[in-house]
Amino acid sequence: MLRLKIITTLCSLALAAAAPCWAWAHAFPDHAEPRVGAVITISPTRVRIWFDGVLEPLFSTLQVRNMSGQQVDPGDGHVDEQDQTLLEVSLPHLPPGTYHVFWSVVARDGHRTQGDYTFTLR
Amino acid sequence: MSIFHRGILLLMSLLFFVVSQAWAHGFAGKRFFPATLAVEDPFVSDELTLLTNHIREPDQVTNEFSVAYSKRITPNFGLELGETYQHLKPNEGGSKNGFANLEVGAKYQFFTSEVHEAILSVGLDAELGRTGSRAAGAESFSTLSPAFFFGKGFGDLPESVRFLKPIAITGAVGPNFPTRNSNVTTTVDPVTGDIDQDIERNSTTLNWGLTFQYNLQYLQSFVQDVGLKEPFSRMIPVVELALSTCLNANCKGQTTGTVNPGIIWVGKYLQLGLEAQIPINQRTGNHVGVLFQMHFFIDDLFPQSLGRPIFR
Repeated sequence: MLRLKIITTLCSLALAAAAPCWAWAHAFPDHAEPRVGAVITISPTRVRIWFDGVLEPLFSTLQVRNMSGQQVDPGDGHVDEQDQTLLEVSLPHLPPGTYHVFWSVVARDGHRTQGDYTFTLR
Repeated sequence: MSIFHRGILLLMSLLFFVVSQAWAHGFAGKRFFPATLAVEDPFVSDELTLLTNHIREPDQVTNEFSVAYSKRITPNFGLELGETYQHLKPNEGGSKNGFANLEVGAKYQFFTSEVHEAILSVGLDAELGRTGSRAAGAESFSTLSPAFFFGKGFGDLPESVRFLKPIAITGAVGPNFPTRNSNVTTTVDPVTGDIDQDIERNSTTLNWGLTFQYNLQYLQSFVQDVGLKEPFSRMIPVVELALSTCLNANCKGQTTGTVNPGIIWVGKYLQLGLEAQIPINQRTGNHVGVLFQMHFFIDDLFPQSLGRPIFR
């Protein structure tokens, strides 16, 4: 019976803990511009990735490289001040080609996630 | 606030994040491995799993409710405690209820490759005899189960087959050693006084399992935005093979197990899983069972307390 009580208590604690909004978890991309894997015809002026949680600006980075591995953005990747779920970097006018977007973010609780995707400019 | 105080605050923030930046449950690079329902996952984490299971076996209907709690001691080493409450309805006779034996375990994740999305780990589980209900079939002896676990994502495949990148496989293999070779039951005939001994051998078995996963979040975030919205963009279709082969005693060479197709949905703090259990042969059963899982990411729920490794 003691074991049943312990299990019931554990489950109750877990269910109660599932609700709070004070906790922050891993940040994952929600959507991006240009879209992941997109084929576009107009050179984008920037890459923007919206995440499903607030990002830590000091430790969140975004870079765009061409297929030779050369960085094509001016290195101004940053978390937007107004919308801290948005990571963006500006781009110069790009020639046609496939570009690789690399991001690494830290959520407010210190959990790091990273990823990359490509888009093609024709 | 003065510049000095701002500086101190910034320095403290930096120190906090440098110290506390961490990977957590089931990550290898950008690959997230979910906690699978039937085959033990290859990673070490802070998690709480509630699992219910209903299946009709050849000799009984089994309903189980399991709880398992895993705690990281260091980032790569964790301990686990598990318990199962059983409700059994044998084909003949009345129902039986009670706890199964208590399970304790340890796991060490000795290899993680971010680039190749790979995880390797070893573990040792022990089912402790005499800690469960004899009426519900809990054994009076313990079982020791060393095991090897692996996980591999296919994100390193070439772009020409990019739609295969969301695939991942995980697996586990390991023997179960009973700490007693046989159970001897002695009965005395009250009329003749004859002594009758019934010897039941406890078999060693090999548990082996594989899971095949197609991560739609991986597809949507890293390969191709195909326009999936929640909840579908957070789903992982999965097929698990959970098998057990008897290595000795009367059942030597016999394999039982199930193939479990299902879906796992991954949220920020918990994941939900639902799978069918399809017996692989008549020895396992003739009816399809069902598994339902509610799995909490303790490291996300309590990132600065309960969800952190004790030693970092």
